[in-house]
Amino acid sequence: MTFINIEANTDMRFSEDQQMIQEAARGFCQDKSDIEAVRKLLDSETGFQPEIWQEMVELGWLGMCIDEAHGGSALSLDCLIPIAESMGRQLLATPFFASTLAAQLIQRAGSEAQKTRYLPMIASGTIATLALLDNEDWGAALSKCNLSADGKINGRKVLVEAAAQAEIFIVLCQQGEQQRLVIIERSELDNSAIETHTLIDETKRAGIVSLNDFSISEAQLMPTSAADALADVKLIGALLIAAESVGSTAACLNLTVEYLNTRKQFNKLIGSYQALKHPTVDMLNMMEGARSQVYHAATLLADSQGDITRDAEIACRMSKASANDALLFAGDRAVQFHGGMGFTYECDAQLYIRRAQWSQQHYGDSAYHRKRLAPLILA
Amino acid sequence: MQTDATTLDAFRAEVSQWLINNIPEDPGFLLPQSFMEVGSEEQLEFLIAWQKKVYEAGYLGMAWPKEYGGGGMPQVYQNIVDEELMNHKAPIIFNVIGLGWAGPLILDMGTEEEKQKYIKGILTADDIWCQGFSEPDHGSDLGNAQTRAVRDGDDYIVNGSKIWTTFGNYAKYMILLARTNPDAPSKYAGLSFFLSPMHADGISTTPIQKITGEYGFCQTFFDDARIPASCLMGEENQGWKVAMRTLEYERSVHGGQASTYKFLPIAMEDLLHSCKTIERDGKPLLEDPVVQDQLVQFLIEEKSLALMKERGDIPELCTDYPFSLALSGKLIATELFRRARQYAVSLQGAKGGLYVGDNMAIEGGQWQRGYFNNFSATIGGGTSQVQANIIAEHALGLPK
Repeated sequence: MTFINIEANTDMRFSEDQQMIQEAARGFCQDKSDIEAVRKLLDSETGFQPEIWQEMVELGWLGMCIDEAHGGSALSLDCLIPIAESMGRQLLATPFFASTLAAQLIQRAGSEAQKTRYLPMIASGTIATLALLDNEDWGAALSKCNLSADGKINGRKVLVEAAAQAEIFIVLCQQGEQQRLVIIERSELDNSAIETHTLIDETKRAGIVSLNDFSISEAQLMPTSAADALADVKLIGALLIAAESVGSTAACLNLTVEYLNTRKQFNKLIGSYQALKHPTVDMLNMMEGARSQVYHAATLLADSQGDITRDAEIACRMSKASANDALLFAGDRAVQFHGGMGFTYECDAQLYIRRAQWSQQHYGDSAYHRKRLAPLILA
Repeated sequence: MQTDATTLDAFRAEVSQWLINNIPEDPGFLLPQSFMEVGSEEQLEFLIAWQKKVYEAGYLGMAWPKEYGGGGMPQVYQNIVDEELMNHKAPIIFNVIGLGWAGPLILDMGTEEEKQKYIKGILTADDIWCQGFSEPDHGSDLGNAQTRAVRDGDDYIVNGSKIWTTFGNYAKYMILLARTNPDAPSKYAGLSFFLSPMHADGISTTPIQKITGEYGFCQTFFDDARIPASCLMGEENQGWKVAMRTLEYERSVHGGQASTYKFLPIAMEDLLHSCKTIERDGKPLLEDPVVQDQLVQFLIEEKSLALMKERGDIPELCTDYPFSLALSGKLIATELFRRARQYAVSLQGAKGGLYVGDNMAIEGGQWQRGYFNNFSATIGGGTSQVQANIIAEHALGLPK
């Protein structure tokens, strides 16, 4: 059945590589990140345990899509999806996304020297991050972070993932008409250059990087084509966050279903009331829709060897919009359906409603992506 | 039979060409948008002729066994035909209760004799089928059906009434759920399932006018109607599980339908065309960013629906609630269409107030008509609210 007959690409496959990675990732994340472990890390400085990060490195996750020549295993991007989903499911927060996306950008647009230096470092666990935003605007056409002709940066990058943990920063700057990307190492920065944000999602970490008359060398500049590559990497970012959100939505749904099956009011299990039952079905259906979008997008990226084709762009944007909406709805209803308990910090529903707020904005909220879908599909 | 991409592409091209050559011209009267709104003899004759033509070309029941009149081919061939019918906006394949529900059921649970007797006629459209499940007082609560069937020698004597009988006035056979034991320990245990004739003394039908103003279904009355005892499918008092199996076909939980082309979709190009020609604030509607945003949202949901079907075939991606995709299809699709059609009417500005028959109505008022008709899908075959209960209980494991 179909309402509007669109000639849409609906390819979807789940490769043997993806299957193996899914099994390993689910087991690993369940082992390392039960709810107790997640809660213990909430007020920690870094938000993750270094030994778990090290194990992820040894599993090859940080080099998964990096070329073999640069210390990675050169798997296709669809292999990242089961990892992202498994992490989201267990709320396992690490700088995995920041490092992976930074590596993608260097691999796609870095100079040979930059690839040779940084990709092996990232594959072996050195944390890297993208410093893109100057304010709240994911859609900004110009950066407010100025790169002068004589190689001085003046500006302040905000909401930089893992700012306090990262060793490698890729900073988006404006040089006249051009957007430029600059790689900066932590050792070049004063301690005062980095501040931390207070985030709505306490599992995540992000901060501010301030650059005042910061001098760079020519070797730190990425080639001019990097700005185009950045557009693609942002779409991959949107897809990874979508996959993570789908996992979190599944966990949030499970939590809600469990409560609806144990809590009694008026002598009946509250799950027997249709006022709770039906929205829970909506949660399920939204999650299933978003998960379908995500694995379809993954298939297209695998087929195109990572190129962002028109279909892949549509799929990444639809994935992010649907995954945002699914987790926002699930987190919201999870709090409400836990009644008085739901309003407490102790109730785990808060973890998901907070994650939902963080993830919806990260690499673009739903309306941002719909706005960019309009010219692609309504033309 | 080969199912490699080259063979299937060639088959698709062949079907497409056949449709270009054979889709009948506009008959000059209103054609139904779905199988639930065939309301006149001229519509019926047109659709019978069309189904026959498609069957004779070998494009219907392609995956049903050869010995009963099917094509004995892999299901993927029928799927391609159904997609191409849609792409070419062909008239619908109307004998849906036979092709989609009764037929697969008989092939699945019927005796050899039943298969020989019924299957071919479903495909040729010589035998139109209808369904006698809902009753005036028992719609969603199907297990409470009160129509009585009492065994009398070689017959059953049936008394009671069924309602929303699509094709009731045209059908030769009915899949009928009736109570054979009113004293059974549970309401479900006293029901039996019949493949009943419709042309028998004591069976009469009255057409019902729908919200669209058209006809398309009936109330069916049984007044001491005698039907042969051989019509009983399965054992007496074991009808509930047969009925449940039928509903699974109706709700597309299983494949096996001889065709699933039963609704005319709105083509994307038509929708966009209208949005370019309709004016709002003196400009084409499609330039309005609010409209763009809402259209994109519908297209995202439409694509999710298509993708969910694909994912259903990948068990590794369905581990959380394995039944959810199969059980949710009807609810998601019919509710999406209802919302989208309602929205489509809202796009028409003042012309949203026009209806079929007004020559200024946009696309002849088809969206208005389609919105109204869509309720047959959100209500028929189990209301959306009952569907949500089923999904909650059977996929999520929530209590009754």
